[in-house]
Amino acid sequence: MEGQLFGGAGQVQARRRFNVIFAGVCLLATVFGILFLLVLLREVLAEGAGWLSLDFLTRFPSRFPAQAGIKSALFGTLWVIGLTALMAFPVGVGAAIFLEEYAPRHWITDLIQANISNLAGVPSIVYGLLGLALFVRTFGLGRSVIAGALTMALLILPIIIIASQEALRAVPTSIREAAYAVGASRWQVIGEHVLPYAMPGILTGAILAVSRAMGEASPMITIGALTFIAYTPQGPLDGFTVLPIQIFNWASRPQPAFQNLAAAGIIVLLVVLLAMNTAAILLRAYYRGKVKW
Amino acid sequence: MVVTQAQAGNVGSPFIESLAGKVDVAFDITGLNMWYGSLHALGDVTVQLPAHQVTALIGPSGCGKTSLIRCLNRMNDLVLNARVTGEVLFHGENILSPEVDAALVRRRIGMVFQKPNPFPKSIHENVAFGARVNGYRGEMDELVEKSLRQAALWDEVKDKLKQSGLALSGGQQQRLCIARALAVNPEALLMDEPCSALDPIATYKIEELLAELKQRYTIVIVTHNMQQASRVSDYTGFLLADESRTGRLIEFSPTAQLFTNPQDRRTEDYITGRFG
Repeated sequence: MEGQLFGGAGQVQARRRFNVIFAGVCLLATVFGILFLLVLLREVLAEGAGWLSLDFLTRFPSRFPAQAGIKSALFGTLWVIGLTALMAFPVGVGAAIFLEEYAPRHWITDLIQANISNLAGVPSIVYGLLGLALFVRTFGLGRSVIAGALTMALLILPIIIIASQEALRAVPTSIREAAYAVGASRWQVIGEHVLPYAMPGILTGAILAVSRAMGEASPMITIGALTFIAYTPQGPLDGFTVLPIQIFNWASRPQPAFQNLAAAGIIVLLVVLLAMNTAAILLRAYYRGKVKW
Repeated sequence: MVVTQAQAGNVGSPFIESLAGKVDVAFDITGLNMWYGSLHALGDVTVQLPAHQVTALIGPSGCGKTSLIRCLNRMNDLVLNARVTGEVLFHGENILSPEVDAALVRRRIGMVFQKPNPFPKSIHENVAFGARVNGYRGEMDELVEKSLRQAALWDEVKDKLKQSGLALSGGQQQRLCIARALAVNPEALLMDEPCSALDPIATYKIEELLAELKQRYTIVIVTHNMQQASRVSDYTGFLLADESRTGRLIEFSPTAQLFTNPQDRRTEDYITGRFG
């Protein structure tokens, strides 16, 4: 009797109930995250919004909260992150292309692969120490924008490589074979097909990586980014400070007014982050539009 | 097997009598072996495939027919751990030789795959890509039209050349892939189960197309469909994997002969549906 081999109405009901419960748990998890984000945003806005003004953006830090501004940190962050992205993106994508498309598979490439994965998990303070020893001291770059950018580039390089590799791997083999089958060379296959299709995924990874770098304070503190400077960097060899350091500096002061400044600084950091992500998302949409899936 | 090998020892090719003197040879395959890692996927294939004819390769799943066809345009170069030994002469030139440029081989010997795989680009670009990367200097629009006409697709797509190739139906996509292969002016066309993902009407259109294309191109088609092989091909090869999963060519004859009067017991068992 088939009616006995398979579950009846009761089993269907039980499955349905489980579905509802599972969906509920997932919804809760989502709400939990968003709720805390909202609380955080509300706190920051309540504390800092009143202190935001054009003056805040165009003034240098000061001992007097009412006159303090974030200009040097904002410019420092733009300098460091700009240079970081400029260095890490081509090197990271290049390494990913080599590892995925060109490198033979043997124990050496396996070893490199394992090391890259490990490096992605190394704490940022370690990169700070490396940057201090290598770029600041050995290369004699001092506590400069370029030393900071190089350190940040190293920090996010593994993330960009891994994300780019995933994106390259996601391009279907059938597309590669189709291109090879009409007599395309390896570079023609990569340049005309693989890269354009992988580009949205690569950019997503790069956005996440650069965003992470923008929020990092510890490696910058380690290599000696200054905490109080009253000028903006004019070149890559100038001293600098970045937004997270400025925020940390203000937040650690006892006067309550500096807490408001810190909150205002956080808002600026979030806006810069949002602006960069928007730009990257537009870029991604542009590349998606070029591919006619 | 014993008979085949004995013949192979004597005349070089067990099937040479069937072709010698009758038709031009396109692919002259001698002692072709292929490995995927430690799996010996293709064992000692020696056969001649005729020019300007349709050759069908049949056999049960895992018999090595796809491996064999992918040796004919160096497609296996792209597979990790794949190793090929032996000789494949294409109109006299050993295309397996490392001195021969694989990309050039693939331009001369086109391929159509099991699942339609148009590029996620416009129909026009799908056809034009191969010509462009091979340095084609003629009028591109003309070439695209000519190729699409050859693939019997022009009338269906002429008003939407800018649309994505992936917006077409499965059968149209496969004909687009055929047009793409033809656009680089190949001498031969390898087709790896080109109809297995298509409905009967789309399949019929492709089969009709084959009859026309063989006037100009040497066609080798892998199929798991014996009716299709008997409908479209002039010659048929039957492959079968032995106990160690090594694919071997059991029999190669004119299609009518292979299906009505198979020389090998295993061929007979397969075409009468006793296994596979």
